[in-house]
Amino acid sequence: MANLNSVLPPLTERSGPLRWMRKNLFGSWLDSLLTVLGALLVYWAVKGFLTWALTVAEWEVISANLRLILIGQYPIEQAWRLWTWLAILFFLAGNSIGIWARGSKYAFVVLFTPALLILLPFGSASRIWLAALTLTGLIGWGLGRARPHALKRSVIAGWVILLPVIILLTRGWSETEGSAVPIVTTNLWGGLLLTFLLTVVAILFSFPLGVLLALGRRSKLPIIRWSSVAYIELVRGVPLITILFMAQLMLPLFLPEGVAIDRVVRAMVGMTLFSAAYLAENVRGGLQAIPRGQYEAAHALGLSGAQTMTLIVLPQALRLVIPILVGQFIAVFKDTSLVAIVGLFDLLGIAKTVLAQPAFLGLQREVYVFISLIYWVLSYGMSYLSQRLEERLGAGGR
Amino acid sequence: MRKTLSILSVLVLFSLLLAACGGAQPAAPGETVTVKETVVVTVIAPAAPAVVAPAGYGVTLETVKTRGNLICGVNAQVPGFGYVAADGSFSGFDVDYCRALAAAIFGDPSKVEFRPVTAAERFTALQSGEIDILSRNTTWSLVRDTELGTNFVHTTFYDGQGMMVPTDSGITDLAGLEGGTVCVQTGTTTELNLADVMAANGISYTPAVFEDADKTFAAYAEGRCDAVTTDKSGLVSRRTVLADPAAHVILDVTMSKEPLGPAVRHGDDQWFDIAQWTVFAMFSGEEFGITSANVDDIKSSATAPEVKRLLGVEGDLGLKLGLTNDWAYNILKLVGNYAEVYNRNLGPDTPTYIPRGYNSLYVDGGLLYAPPFR
Repeated sequence: MANLNSVLPPLTERSGPLRWMRKNLFGSWLDSLLTVLGALLVYWAVKGFLTWALTVAEWEVISANLRLILIGQYPIEQAWRLWTWLAILFFLAGNSIGIWARGSKYAFVVLFTPALLILLPFGSASRIWLAALTLTGLIGWGLGRARPHALKRSVIAGWVILLPVIILLTRGWSETEGSAVPIVTTNLWGGLLLTFLLTVVAILFSFPLGVLLALGRRSKLPIIRWSSVAYIELVRGVPLITILFMAQLMLPLFLPEGVAIDRVVRAMVGMTLFSAAYLAENVRGGLQAIPRGQYEAAHALGLSGAQTMTLIVLPQALRLVIPILVGQFIAVFKDTSLVAIVGLFDLLGIAKTVLAQPAFLGLQREVYVFISLIYWVLSYGMSYLSQRLEERLGAGGR
Repeated sequence: MRKTLSILSVLVLFSLLLAACGGAQPAAPGETVTVKETVVVTVIAPAAPAVVAPAGYGVTLETVKTRGNLICGVNAQVPGFGYVAADGSFSGFDVDYCRALAAAIFGDPSKVEFRPVTAAERFTALQSGEIDILSRNTTWSLVRDTELGTNFVHTTFYDGQGMMVPTDSGITDLAGLEGGTVCVQTGTTTELNLADVMAANGISYTPAVFEDADKTFAAYAEGRCDAVTTDKSGLVSRRTVLADPAAHVILDVTMSKEPLGPAVRHGDDQWFDIAQWTVFAMFSGEEFGITSANVDDIKSSATAPEVKRLLGVEGDLGLKLGLTNDWAYNILKLVGNYAEVYNRNLGPDTPTYIPRGYNSLYVDGGLLYAPPFR
């Protein structure tokens, strides 16, 4: 061994940024050429974008329409209802981080995002609300850390009832005029609010439906199996836009007169049914990866079929497919932009109508860059959280 | 019946697949049915009477009154005609017509729910009763008037396909485009009209087709074409956003007739009359010089019998429409006459200025002419 050591070059020669560059960027004349060309390309692109963003771009179109982009035509005097459920959301998020991810610095950063958003050109009322969001998040975090065991159950219960609370607060319930929480009809929901609600509803409802379809497809009962197969293959064989068109255009013709299903609900149902078919196949992939031995072992322990599924197979299968599921959820989030084509004012739809304002004609670049930034930040956020989740569940390490 | 329905639904599904391939472009002002859209709607149209009971006389007004607001199908993406302002309210020329109709019915222009509808779904939305009236830069044509089950009320905006060229190109007429390239949006009647007109005049040209209006005009701005064509209202608003608007000129040619106006369902003549005479009340308001500012003075001091009848001082014209006698007064007071609405949205002080041209009163050489109020 001592002999071998003397043959090897000393380690120190390999370290240092200059050496690294020489080895990786300028190893040969071809490498050097590619490096220089690449650097020029990046410089040119970044410089071009920054010059445009800082000098040419007219960002007033965003600041003047920030409210439309975020909540659409939702009445501004009712916006406190949206802030309220956001505060509940952040409280629960803080709680959960305090309980389940106490050591994680990254998850903690999430709570400070609203405080960062104060830098955007919001009104003073919105800024106070944003600060309040961070505050409630931090309070939740503190509580979660202080008594994790006492709060666990109530936090889970909180997450379960959160969606109904969100929908109820957004829609309101009082028909009488002048009341504190009048009904805000869905035609006024728009912007990021509508995109968010469409995504959340589609994800939450398509998940159980998809798991059921995946189980159905592997069922031994022919009727269940074939109907699952038929559903999955039919829906996967049709583009989402067709389903949305069907829901928005054809459905009204087949409904009896006077019966009208809300347009936003139609879009939600369409997205859910579509996403479920894809999700079913993703989950089936996970189910097939579970070795037969697991079933046999569960059987040997005396577990029933349902117990085997819920206690042994599904937890392992779902953990395996987390990356694919998150990919699917991100796709759902971005697919919601298709509802702009059927006349709903989601993030993209509202961007298009902002572009038609006479005061801001021709500012496509500014508006679309801002909208894509929102899409990117949220998609990346989802992807990032899923990676953290995978790490915690140790899915990658097996 | 069940069998018919299932056959129909198969047809409909099939046509939807066709529609999904391309019927979804946001419409430029006055955009007419694309070939693909025609396929969809002609298949659907025969189904409509079987599924939706035809609205009878007076049904629509009754429904609207019971509901307490008017549901108006509009376009939310056309500068000057329909868009959502920064405060969340709908604005535009087509939108103001809806307000006028609401003012005529309820005496309150805010009792409108605006429903943004796309080019593909507008007629279905009207058929199925999702909207009470369609006020969305829709071109009046025979097929739409018959097969699609809609009735067009009087045209509110006469549009037509035009051609824009750079001023320094020296082109003054279509013949100057011989051998040139024309940017045009694909799948629209604009493309077909261009081909027709150029063939009729024996001019050879190369069409450069693009999927949507933004790309078409971006290509023109980059100088990839010698000219660009779309409806004049579209050209005018697009010109305002070019780097140097003054360096582009709209040729004095009109390649198509595009009469744009509101449309209602077949089967309810009373509703058609109300929609129609709302337009005429706005025309007459301008003709008689009645504006939202002076309507009260004129109402109290008017001597001309027709003005008195229009404003409900004399006679019972409003009652004959199923409305109140002050219906026209409300339109003019709360929304304004045609000129006010036009200037508010498309006038010289707006970025979307379109010279009135045909959209002037007949006394000024235009086409706006209201029948007598008697």
